Amino acid sequence: MIPTAFDYVKVRSVDEALAALAEHGEDAKLLAGGHSLLPIMKLRLAIPTVLIDIGGIPELSYVRVEGDEVAVGAGTRLFEIERDEVVRAEAPLLSHVAGRVGDPQVRHRATLGGTVAHSDPASDVPTGLLALGGSVVVQGPAGRRSIPVTACWTGFFETDVAEDEMVIEVRVPRTGSSGWGYEKFTRRENDWAIVAAAAVEGRVALANMAGTVVRATATEEALARGASVAEAAALADQGTSPSSDMHADAEYRRHLARLLTRRALETAAAA
Amino acid sequence: MQVSITVNGEQRTDEVEPRLLLAHYLREVRGLRATNIGCDSTSCGACTVIVDGLSVKSCTVLAAQADGAQVTTLEGLAGADGELHPVQAAFRAEHGLQCGFCTPGMVMAAIGVLADNPDPTDREVREGLEGNLCRCTGYHNIVRAVLTAAQAGPAAGQVPQAQEVQA
Repeated sequence: MIPTAFDYVKVRSVDEALAALAEHGEDAKLLAGGHSLLPIMKLRLAIPTVLIDIGGIPELSYVRVEGDEVAVGAGTRLFEIERDEVVRAEAPLLSHVAGRVGDPQVRHRATLGGTVAHSDPASDVPTGLLALGGSVVVQGPAGRRSIPVTACWTGFFETDVAEDEMVIEVRVPRTGSSGWGYEKFTRRENDWAIVAAAAVEGRVALANMAGTVVRATATEEALARGASVAEAAALADQGTSPSSDMHADAEYRRHLARLLTRRALETAAAA
Repeated sequence: MQVSITVNGEQRTDEVEPRLLLAHYLREVRGLRATNIGCDSTSCGACTVIVDGLSVKSCTVLAAQADGAQVTTLEGLAGADGELHPVQAAFRAEHGLQCGFCTPGMVMAAIGVLADNPDPTDREVREGLEGNLCRCTGYHNIVRAVLTAAQAGPAAGQVPQAQEVQA
């Protein structure tokens, strides 16, 4: 499978990337690790005429503790996040979900910014980020702005990031002392989640239960009222709209959401 | 566009289309056909090579993205005298293959596993090879081969030419 022809532009800085985006407009796509973009280009589901390669921008690869948050550069590769001592200590759920994506070869290429910008509802990292809270920092011609993770993913493969903006950084609260849980149901280890649930500090996020990753708000409200884990988890699928496909029908996904939420909450509580 | 890529220690500059995949570059432009293309969709791992010290699936990397990189393929593992790399020798000794199609990718991925973890457990080998599919062996002899290769020491997690393998 071969993508349609495109022009290739290699950039070395955020400023160069934004200038190239401005020049080429909506026909251009940013290429980082390419592990979401290149497969859909090979299937010709995406046919950009210009690829702007941001994979070699050194200023986008970092992990820093800033006050009560951990800031991770959008160009940081998932295997680096999986292993990073600071992320493991300060936001262990983020390290864990980065390590659950695909397989080692995929994690060697895939980037944090790429998985955020792709907005696949079955994706591990956005699910973890949605449970952690925090924000996605984007930059465009008008400068930088911060998007709360609760407003970042707006639809299937759609985000709040504008066409002339790029993801610069993800910021998550330091939750190192809090228990957390992540339960991912797959047929094979390196598959996408059929359903997944992430839990930390009373927040619960679900993968593949709607067009985007979603919070299990009924569960969270029940927990806040003092309900037991079992009672709260039984509400996890409320307000979701799972699809049916070859892997699972919608009713089975609802069952998985309740079950995996209970397990994730139990793991978080046991820590 | 022009790309300058060092493959198995040999640097060359070639004129390529931006859409050329690294797997096709290695096979068609460089004539190195050990790197197989199986699923062509980042699943099976048959096309695994080492790029700048990291195992990657070359069906999902553009040659353009590898401009300036050091690439090692299966052809680059054995010594000039034909001496097999420790992972190759272990696959042979433990019969870690049947039809052989997945083997180049398995060997390159195994080097990545051992670079990351020189003394893995059976389970760690299986998790490390989760991105590589074999349709013949049931994996047992492949896992045994990687565990055997680990006994050869650090060389099992290294490639001859370039820099050290990171993972």
